[in-house]
Amino acid sequence: MNTRAPMTHTGSSSQLTGSTSPPAIELEHVTRRFRTPKGQIYTALRDLNMSVAPGEFYAIVGPTGSGKSTTLSLISGLERPSEGVVRVMGKPVQGIDPRIGYVFQTDAIFPWKNVLNNVTTGPLFRGKPKKQTLQQAREWLARVGLTGFEDRYPHQLSGGMRKRVALAQTFINEPQILLMDEPFSALDVQTRNLMGDELLSLWSSSSASVVFVTHDLEEAIALADRVCVLTAGPATVKGIYTVDLPRPRNVAEIRFEPRFIQLYHDIWEDLRNEVMISYERAQQRGS
Amino acid sequence: MNVLSNEVREQATTAPESNELKSYSVTRRRRSVLVNVLRVLFIVVILGGWEIGARTGVIDPFFWGQPSGIWTQIVTWVTQGTAQGPLWEQVAVTLEETIIGFVIGVVLGVIFGVVLGQYRFLSDVLGPYIKALNSIPRVVLGPIFIIGLGLGIQSKVALSVVMVFFIVFFNAFQGVREVDRNLLANARILGASQRQLTTQVILPSALTWIIASLHTSFSFALVGAVVSEFLGSVQGIGLLIQTAMGTFNNNGVFAAMLILAIVALLMEALITSLERRLLHWRPATVSDITI
Repeated sequence: MNTRAPMTHTGSSSQLTGSTSPPAIELEHVTRRFRTPKGQIYTALRDLNMSVAPGEFYAIVGPTGSGKSTTLSLISGLERPSEGVVRVMGKPVQGIDPRIGYVFQTDAIFPWKNVLNNVTTGPLFRGKPKKQTLQQAREWLARVGLTGFEDRYPHQLSGGMRKRVALAQTFINEPQILLMDEPFSALDVQTRNLMGDELLSLWSSSSASVVFVTHDLEEAIALADRVCVLTAGPATVKGIYTVDLPRPRNVAEIRFEPRFIQLYHDIWEDLRNEVMISYERAQQRGS
Repeated sequence: MNVLSNEVREQATTAPESNELKSYSVTRRRRSVLVNVLRVLFIVVILGGWEIGARTGVIDPFFWGQPSGIWTQIVTWVTQGTAQGPLWEQVAVTLEETIIGFVIGVVLGVIFGVVLGQYRFLSDVLGPYIKALNSIPRVVLGPIFIIGLGLGIQSKVALSVVMVFFIVFFNAFQGVREVDRNLLANARILGASQRQLTTQVILPSALTWIIASLHTSFSFALVGAVVSEFLGSVQGIGLLIQTAMGTFNNNGVFAAMLILAIVALLMEALITSLERRLLHWRPATVSDITI
């Protein structure tokens, strides 16, 4: 759990300018509608445009129910857009891309597999040799600080430890794109900060682009290179902010820096309205 | 028993003081002694009352039997054998029919349940027929099997299979339907093929449901075998009961019942230990209470 790991990652702002390679992720005029159980049509995303550079840490914030998770599902290929195109590494998404890793909001590790076997799941699904995979899994468990817990089952672990298993399970596949759907929202604040640091150090030693969905603006600013604010559903982009805080960052302490507070203030101006709209709607629905 | 041991574990973590622990284990021991004493007392009162009732004429032993008579009957069967041959052979025959029927029924039930659970279209097509078949009291299929398959083991196995199949099928089906969407999505992202999804996510996750159904379905397999033996057979505990009934030997019926109960309890213990092995990943929950 080295929170101040040497950074091989320089942040993406430099990569953004003057890069000729296609964006890692690109959403163009994407709309996604659902049919509700009552037969009505619900629009989760409307005309959404988004572009994530290779190696960039991109955070999406928005009020609850604003289609943040839907965005990730579209990028991952679990769902298809109703209109528009989603591209990954310049190619339209068709089915599930093996270069993508996904950390879910709720626990999605397999409760009947012990920690070690949970981590080996991905490579074994992909037909990698078992011996090598076990070796790798042990290395990844060491990196997320779970050495000695190989034989435990998920129900024997704390929420934070289960998240670490999920991280190892995802990172062992060496994804080039990492999608994270409020991964730490179920954790207490201290654990959440630790996990944030851990995530940053894992990310810094990889070249992956991250799309990190959260409703917590502080978390978004502390982690990301850019923060994208979505409107209350149907979601579209309200504003995109570049977080020019230096790396490496300490997630727990960076929030005291004047620049952080400044950014928080600016983005919150944008987000506040959307939060109010979605809150009022929820109340109307309730009454 | 599980609940007790859990309490102990919790106690051990929350109150490390050895004094408190000691007093706790003393109360626990006292309680378990009390439970066992009362258990013995309970059966003594029931059997003693029955025996006294039978001897004093309050209960007519001709119609309702009597514990000492039942015991004598069992001793006779064990030492001299039954009219159909040695007792162990009768038990072995019934057990064989039950186990074969049980295994076939479980395998078929799981296969059908998992397949229909995954393919909505197929289950929509076959749904009404399965419901109709399930609504028939399946014991009435016994005579058909006897006529069709004869007095031998096949007709008994067939009835057992039918009894077991539906229970396991419905549980497997429901288990597949209840698989956590997140787990499926995660497995697909991690690279699972359709076959890997079935064998490594859906099946293990439905296993909780399937295993839970094994307890009931084993007793149903036993019912299938015994009823089929009533209806026509040359060996088995069911025939033993039928013969005893034919000679107004109620003690014989009770004795055979007792033997069946022992067999069923032993098998139940086996299934419980199987469950522990297969579902060791599960947290101990309140539903694990066993009497």
